[in-house]
Amino acid sequence: MYNSKYVISGLVIFLAVFSYPFWGNLASKDYTGPKLSLPADQKQCIEPVEFMRAEHMTLLNQWRDSALRDGKRVYVASNGATWEASLQKTCMSCHTNKAEFCDTCHLENAVEPYCWTCHVPPKGNE
Amino acid sequence: MKRSRRQFLKVASLSVAGLGAQLAAGGVTKAAAAVKPSYKEDALALKAKRWAMVIDTREFASKEDFDACINACNFAHNVPEIPGKTEIKWIWKDAYEHTFTETTNKYQSKEIEDREYFMLCNHCENPPCVRVCPTQATYKLENGIVAMDYHRCIGCRFCMAGCPFGARSFNFTDPRPYIKEINPKFPTRMIGVVEKCNFCVERLDEGKLPACVEAAPGKIHFGDLSDPESEVRKLLEENYTLRRKPALGTEPGVFYII
Repeated sequence: MYNSKYVISGLVIFLAVFSYPFWGNLASKDYTGPKLSLPADQKQCIEPVEFMRAEHMTLLNQWRDSALRDGKRVYVASNGATWEASLQKTCMSCHTNKAEFCDTCHLENAVEPYCWTCHVPPKGNE
Repeated sequence: MKRSRRQFLKVASLSVAGLGAQLAAGGVTKAAAAVKPSYKEDALALKAKRWAMVIDTREFASKEDFDACINACNFAHNVPEIPGKTEIKWIWKDAYEHTFTETTNKYQSKEIEDREYFMLCNHCENPPCVRVCPTQATYKLENGIVAMDYHRCIGCRFCMAGCPFGARSFNFTDPRPYIKEINPKFPTRMIGVVEKCNFCVERLDEGKLPACVEAAPGKIHFGDLSDPESEVRKLLEENYTLRRKPALGTEPGVFYII
């Protein structure tokens, strides 16, 4: 093999850099999600937290269609509790801190939902 | 070990079927575990087959009479007050000849000609704006209200061309800076969408009459046009009323007692 010294050391450097995401992550700490400011006086959201975390936009889309198209503005949650299907009147009355609730997580996940170009964020936040 | 083609196919098809069944069963149990949403109407909701409005124009004389309704509507719906040609209108007033363009006779009662008249979306039975909307952002509800879903509006303004009453306004700029006092219970709109009066569908759904009706008790009446016993039907029987541009056949839902 010609120039084996250079070829092999080059290959080793390449593999080290190429596999960095794998061994780099093994060495580093586990990922922890952002710290959100949660309503102090409430124990649970309208649905279980796993569902809310993963599906809140789906739920909001269903709320919008039900309220605007069918005139059904009361949401019956899986535990039987009823809520007005309204982002501003229901969600934001508990989650009064948009910057430390919505924005923190959306920033971490690099998503930019444009809810707030129309919907009014709660007053305590501006 | 030698395998025939037949044996291989048997084993392969069985394993694929088994795998598929497992996936399907997993999907079914997962779906059953998910939250089952259900929706219902507010128990207080006001209902009608065809909402209609009767405006007693004899009762509106001073600027204050009109402003009470206009301000109530503007606050309820976060309607901006933008000066000039880019203004946003939900409910506004104008002169006789602009309101009833087809009924301008010579030598009419001076009092009637000099009066000002409210204009708003007529919530037509055959709404041209709904026909032309390419995204179904504007639609007609079962109770006759022509409503809008601003999430779907792409700002093409076909509806503005379609509406013969000028009841629709386009947001040429961000409306937020022009809203005097933001009502936290209703959204604003954003640049690039069309907006209009919604007959306070959000208030009817929670059992309240429209904001302008509430602001002018006894002057603007609201009720079910399909119910012969309703207040609006009685008023229509007892008084001479006009509608705007009836010849177009859009069947407006706003009546004016002259």
